[in-house]
Amino acid sequence: MILDIRQLTRTHGQGEQAVHALRGVDLAVAPGELVAVMGPSGSGKSTLLTCAGGLDQPTAGEVLVDGNDLTTLSRNAVAALRRRRIGYVFQDFNLIPALTAAENVALPLELDGTRSRAARKYAVTALQEVGIEELADRFPDDMSGGQRQRVAIARAIVGERRLLLADEPTGALDSDTGEAVLRLLRDRCDQHGIGGVLVTHDARHAAWADRVVYLRDGVLVGQAGPLPDADALLQESR
Amino acid sequence: MSIKHGLLALLQDNPKYGYQLRGEFEAATGATWPLNIGQVYTTLTRLERDGLVRAASSEGDGRSMYEITDAGRDELAKWFQTPVARESRPRDELAIKLALALAVPGVDVSAVVQRQRMSTMQSLQELTRQKRNSAEGEISWQLVIESMIFGAEAEIRWLDHCEAMLLRHRGKPRPAPQRYDVPDEQETHS
Repeated sequence: MILDIRQLTRTHGQGEQAVHALRGVDLAVAPGELVAVMGPSGSGKSTLLTCAGGLDQPTAGEVLVDGNDLTTLSRNAVAALRRRRIGYVFQDFNLIPALTAAENVALPLELDGTRSRAARKYAVTALQEVGIEELADRFPDDMSGGQRQRVAIARAIVGERRLLLADEPTGALDSDTGEAVLRLLRDRCDQHGIGGVLVTHDARHAAWADRVVYLRDGVLVGQAGPLPDADALLQESR
Repeated sequence: MSIKHGLLALLQDNPKYGYQLRGEFEAATGATWPLNIGQVYTTLTRLERDGLVRAASSEGDGRSMYEITDAGRDELAKWFQTPVARESRPRDELAIKLALALAVPGVDVSAVVQRQRMSTMQSLQELTRQKRNSAEGEISWQLVIESMIFGAEAEIRWLDHCEAMLLRHRGKPRPAPQRYDVPDEQETHS
């Protein structure tokens, strides 16, 4: 498993004010698998993703990325794992406007100590893989939304990343461009053995995933996909 | 729609045999609507009776090739010009099921919604897989798949909407179910 989440619980606040964002969620993602997480707003989708990526600390449970339990690692070790193994894609791209596409993509590698020439080489390869190498020296402001999201995906897959976490990656894109992004994520998982988790409210986009899990009030209440267990899961959680 | 108009459309460019029509119909609709050869010939016979097609020539084994008539072309043009009425579609079993689930005591409506959602999601995944595997040029087929994809998506959105409505109404007293008392029972009440 590239990602193995066990009994993940995240509570914000204490006592009567406590908000239970996640309550005992199990989720495993195999290499090459793309899993979509759906659910109404406030159901815990984004919290699940931030915990999976080591950006948030769970209240209880385990988060194993490539076999390493993020909840027991030191802060520095989590940061290093995040830089090397985990890629993020956000709705608003989060590109740095003062850097070119290639520089944006190379940044996480450089932060991790890769020499800039080597980092640039990796970055151009990643841009090539998402089909926009010709935009390497362009700045984000001179690109369309779809192109920017491709740059963000290139940044998320550059180097040897094994886990791709995407939070509403198509939210700011029109439907055709959004679909092209999904196709790209799908191909990355299929061809490069990357595990992907995609948070989306769009059923059409979720349908590109191997598995779709459904969260409600911090609990997994359903699953659709090749495992014909949707009903069993529903029973268990009730 | 009817098979009738489908066959007229396929006959528009040149005359065809029944088995050809069947093959082309399935190719165009991605076999979402399988036809058996009997249906094709029954329909052709009816179209011939109504003067919309005529038998053009026969193969050695007696099978006829059909061609469209001018009346057939008019009928086809009219079909393409007329929008499909929503009422002509079959009644929606799911809407009726949910309405009944709400009306009948003892049914966990949100479980019904959730189960349906995952089932529809599974169909949507399957359709997306088929779309992904379809070849670049298969425009007719892609269009049919897209129609089914949008349909499944709409159903899921509608289910989300139902769920939100249920939540909003949770806790409000349910209207007392109407009773259909037998007369003598009513007497004991009064």
